Amino acid sequence: MVRTAALPRRLVRTSQQRTLVTPEGVALPLSVASRGSRAGALMLDFIFIGTAFTLVTIGLVALAGGVASVAGRFGSGSPGAAVFQFLVVAWMIAAFLARHAYFLWFELGARGATPGKRLIGIRIAARDGGRLTAEMVIARNMLRDIELFLPIGFIATAGADSPPAWLTAAAWFALFMLLPCFNRDRLRAGDIVAGTWVVEAPRQKLEAPIATPLPTATEAPRYRFTEAELAIYGEYELQTLERILREDREAALESVRAAIAAKIGREDNNGWEDPRAFLEAYYAQLRSRLETGMRMGQRKADKFAG
Amino acid sequence: MEPGSDLLTAALLRSDRFRIEREGDWQRLDAIVTAIEKGRLRRISDADLLALPQLYRTVASSLSIARSISLDTATLGYLETLVQRAWFVVYGPRTSLIGWLRGFLGGGWSRSVRGLGIDLAVAFAVMVAGTIVGWLLVAHDPDWYGAIVPGQFGDGRVPGASAETLRGTLFGNSGQNGLGVFAAYLFSNNAGVSIMAFALGFAFGIPTLLLLVQNTAMLGAMLWLYHGAGLTIDLIGWLSVHGTTELFAILLAGGAGLHIGRSMAFPGNRSVLTAASESGRRAAQVMAGVVLMLIVAAGLEGFARQLVDNTPGRLAIGGFMLAGWCAYFFAFGLRRR
Repeated sequence: MVRTAALPRRLVRTSQQRTLVTPEGVALPLSVASRGSRAGALMLDFIFIGTAFTLVTIGLVALAGGVASVAGRFGSGSPGAAVFQFLVVAWMIAAFLARHAYFLWFELGARGATPGKRLIGIRIAARDGGRLTAEMVIARNMLRDIELFLPIGFIATAGADSPPAWLTAAAWFALFMLLPCFNRDRLRAGDIVAGTWVVEAPRQKLEAPIATPLPTATEAPRYRFTEAELAIYGEYELQTLERILREDREAALESVRAAIAAKIGREDNNGWEDPRAFLEAYYAQLRSRLETGMRMGQRKADKFAG
Repeated sequence: MEPGSDLLTAALLRSDRFRIEREGDWQRLDAIVTAIEKGRLRRISDADLLALPQLYRTVASSLSIARSISLDTATLGYLETLVQRAWFVVYGPRTSLIGWLRGFLGGGWSRSVRGLGIDLAVAFAVMVAGTIVGWLLVAHDPDWYGAIVPGQFGDGRVPGASAETLRGTLFGNSGQNGLGVFAAYLFSNNAGVSIMAFALGFAFGIPTLLLLVQNTAMLGAMLWLYHGAGLTIDLIGWLSVHGTTELFAILLAGGAGLHIGRSMAFPGNRSVLTAASESGRRAAQVMAGVVLMLIVAAGLEGFARQLVDNTPGRLAIGGFMLAGWCAYFFAFGLRRR
């Protein structure tokens, strides 16, 4: 059985994997964010905006109430009216900022993401792999107006009594909402115009190495495998083994130990009662063998590769 | 062989030794990037900040080497996400909002306005045509007036109104209260219209043209109405206070919308997506300026027009604004290209 898989599973491209080449020539894997996570991020942002806006409104109304009582006590209509006017202007500015400035401000920051996107773990990036510029962020957020706010406003004002207007607004809304479903990179209209896309922003901690010293000449190894016993497996199996060692579950360790022992034909169970020590030793020696081959330009993708 | 730690190091895998030797750099870069992502720039020492680009390149090269010598997925995965995060920081938006604003006002805006080129001319022609059409339609049949001018202006400004009524709408509002609210309302309303004119360019610019015609036809109809009462110059004065700024802003918004629409319909040698994003960025810069212009226009409309109650004064303000905008867009920042 021959397979042509030249790359280990980790580097295989799925439908959402893209490769970004940095100016230093390093190819970085990048995943396009899923539509579900983007919708979730938008919902979160709306909740944040809605909460903040409600608080500001309540605050301004309370202020207005206070002003009204003070102005009433002094019996002077004119200064009270001026303050009231000022409060209305402040409220209108708050509404404008909530609608436009929220997304701009956060997406221009170092994380390139609104709080909602941050929580979900996605961010925006330039599609061509270059620098994300202020113009891009502005363009993609201005388009949000016709994608989202305008049709929602129309739907709200049209009401149920005028079906044609309601249907038109709903169709408009659906057209833009469904746009990410009809292109490979899941771009919405704003992304197309701005030249941006939304990608996953993973964070990973550096895990401790599975540090098992190789058997050296001076000490007698507890488990030592022959060249033939190590030649069975390739990189894919090595990575699976690494994952199992990191997860460290008793049952899995034992069943994998049994499988490997059966495969290499050493089922005598003689002093092999510690599956973890056995697997760590096998892992270290297999990795050493495969990495040596790698340095010589000979890679073995998996157990089926020659 | 020597005993102790050297023995242990010698016994390790070569790729693990590689990792142990460089782990300090990786962790240092990780700490800097995490601090920047959390917005804690003050906590980063100057030395760290200076070392950032160097560290980024070091770690990127670590990743390249690790890929060719190591089969440790934990290390590879960590390096990949770390280089990606550092890449976003090193090649992220370089300017703050303030820095961008400085470059924008100091020439970036007028350059992108000039970059619209032919689209600006087309939008201008469409607006002039819309005005003429509005005038001609109403002159032909006054019933059109009700269709062109929406009801919210219907405060006596209808065909057949007396010259006195019309004059009353232009003058004598200086004592009016609530100018600030009025200005803020006008601004959010006009900003909505012009953002729409821009955003509709996405549909190949056709809705943008319709919107421009619709808005200027209203202008033409009102001109005809006041012309009948012999108040043409007074109306122009009344409009010009804010109108020179506001109509200019709508012109720019329309031009920006057309720019996107035209580059998507005729992308030339570029792909449609590339063409759309190139023109989209330029148009976005213009649009940011349009919002600023509308703030100015709303201020003029809400305050200056009510406070200056005579036609020559209004014409002077309007003419001055128009000359100022023209000079800024077409004569400023020509050299730095």
